[in-house]
Amino acid sequence: MNGSIWVLVEDQDGVPSGTSLELISAAHNFVEEVSGIAFSTNATALSKALEPYGVERLYAVAAERSSLPGVVLSHALAQLLAQGVEPPRALLCAQSFTGRDTLARLSVKLDVPILTNVVNLIEIDDDLRAEHLIFGGEKVVTSQFTHPGLRLFGIRAKSFVQNETHPKEVVIEDVNVEGIGPSNSAKVISSHSEERSGPKLDEAAVVVSGGRGLGNVENYSLVEELAKLLNAAPGASRAIVDAGWVPYSYQVGQTGKTVKPNLYIAIGISGATQHMVGMKGSKNIIAINKDKDAPIFQIADLGVVGDAHKVLPKLIEALKQRQ
Amino acid sequence: MNIAVCVKQIPDPAAPGRLAPDSFHLIREGKLVMDDSDSYGVEMALQLVDAAGGGEVTLISMAPNGETSGLRTALAMGASRAVLVSDVRLSGSDALSTAKVLAAAIKRNPFDLVISATESSDGYTGTVPVQIAELLGVAAVSFAKKVTITGTRALIQRQSESGYDEIESELPLVISVTAGVVEPRYPSFKGIMAAKSKPIESLSLDDLGLDGNNVGGSGAREMIVAVRETEARQAGQVVEDDGEAFVKIVEYLEQLKVV
Ligand SMILES: Cc1cc2nc3c(=O)[nH]c(=O)nc-3n(C[C@H](O)[C@H](O)[C@H](O)COP(=O)(O)OP(=O)(O)OC[C@H]3O[C@@H](n4cnc5c(N)ncnc54)[C@H](O)[C@@H]3O)c2cc1C
Ligand SMILES: Nc1ncnc2c1ncn2[C@@H]1O[C@H](COP(=O)(O)O)[C@@H](O)[C@H]1O
Repeated sequence: MNGSIWVLVEDQDGVPSGTSLELISAAHNFVEEVSGIAFSTNATALSKALEPYGVERLYAVAAERSSLPGVVLSHALAQLLAQGVEPPRALLCAQSFTGRDTLARLSVKLDVPILTNVVNLIEIDDDLRAEHLIFGGEKVVTSQFTHPGLRLFGIRAKSFVQNETHPKEVVIEDVNVEGIGPSNSAKVISSHSEERSGPKLDEAAVVVSGGRGLGNVENYSLVEELAKLLNAAPGASRAIVDAGWVPYSYQVGQTGKTVKPNLYIAIGISGATQHMVGMKGSKNIIAINKDKDAPIFQIADLGVVGDAHKVLPKLIEALKQRQ
Repeated sequence: MNIAVCVKQIPDPAAPGRLAPDSFHLIREGKLVMDDSDSYGVEMALQLVDAAGGGEVTLISMAPNGETSGLRTALAMGASRAVLVSDVRLSGSDALSTAKVLAAAIKRNPFDLVISATESSDGYTGTVPVQIAELLGVAAVSFAKKVTITGTRALIQRQSESGYDEIESELPLVISVTAGVVEPRYPSFKGIMAAKSKPIESLSLDDLGLDGNNVGGSGAREMIVAVRETEARQAGQVVEDDGEAFVKIVEYLEQLKVV
């Protein structure tokens, strides 16, 4: 395909988010020239980190720091295009908080639609089509745009692999954004991070998740103990996040994190489609559930029909013995 | 304080979904119910109006048919009235078209706050609320998990990748609320009876002055061109715990070299 693709690069504590790198790698499947846009506190550090992935230009957006990133980024993108910068063929954003906000505002500013929850991109007739899952992952649909404008895509994490195959020095271009108006009246006054131990949920080789079947919040400590023994990240179903047992950052699924570990252990989780969408890509799955008809068993490589309160302590004890 | 709450009416989520064979549009005939995700927005709106000591909660919904049963559920919870935009031309709407219609309906009455869910259970684009905000020219805070309003200022905890951000904004404002923010009340018998006589205003695209070429099925500039089944993952070995199932798990972990 001719032309370029732009990727929204999300800065996470000074480094590009994993999904941003996945999107850059995906873009290289279709075009030579891939550029990034970021609302970062340190564009120099960010551009260094992007070097192995092949980014031509990084549009470094500067604006009042407390602004919500989606407001600033969508404004910057519209401003760049209005100033006559050669428009890209497509903009790829993660289906994240910032990605969604940016796409939503930009789609109104440019009056173009968005294809969301994309899990794959395909080039046909010099255009990009997108695949996404419906009916809880039962079917894949392919969609295409019918307008001539910029293609906007919201892409789910872990849909593409990161590839360090196009190393290149990144040219930084500053973009100043001011006078956004009333849509910029919401300001971040503080940020709080919820401490968690062990490897990161979306990067860990092993994930141990617990659900409502644990019975109560105290029993979640069994999940944490098992996770620790396996050097795994603890995760959760939405049911126990909503119940306040663990923070949202533990949630696996459609509205939480997508994980693709080597091994996923689901304990007391029924296997609702919205949960499975976030972990079905795991290489191996173990499920412990006392209901033999629980849907999670349909995708588990090893299913244990049993009471988590009996199985877990024995499993933990056995693993401790081995250490 | 006047709050508009977006309430989507969707096909029964327990029934298997179907696509029309020619257009691949989701079939939405028959009875629609209130999307569970929107019950949190309705509850939060009722609580905020209560805390402000007065005001109205107006439900805003768009559907291709004149279905109101989902709206009656939300009225039974305590909302004052509802606005339903229904027009056959709305079948096949995409997120941007939906946002244009909802924004036009919201604009007809002054509001301090617009509340929606973060994503619908059937469409789950998660972009409609912020598109509405951009169309209305106001700020938006998506993924709100706690909202406090003092006078004309809102203080909001917004989910982030690593935890949450504290956000402050002047009203008017659009917020999308996550599940679990509040405990939605069950409609009482009195509420259900009262809901029967609460006003539901029905509007067509013409009433809103919207051009049928820019919204709805004709306004959607994206289309589904193919549908296929996903490759099913095979179920593996299932064992009943006889007290020794943990041994099987340990063996499996060894096999994967996890231990
Ligand atoms: C729009 C939308 C988005 C959603 N997004 C997500 C998401 O991102 N992630 C997510 O997880 N969910 C999500 N959900 C919710 C999802 O539909 C389910 O409600 C949720 O996943 C259920 O969690 P659970 O499996 O822990 O609880 P339940 O469904 O209640 O299952 C509990 C399981 O534990 C078993 N059990 C009970 N006691 C024991 C015991 N002693 N030992 C062993 N097993 C036991 C039971 O047999 C049961 O199967 C979403 C829903 C909607 C509508
Ligand atoms: N047709 C509709 N009628 C009323 N509200 C809607 C409609 N579509 C979307 N919404 C609101 O916008 C939220 C996000 O929807 P979506 O972008 O489709 O995931 C929903 O949860 C609703 O609160």
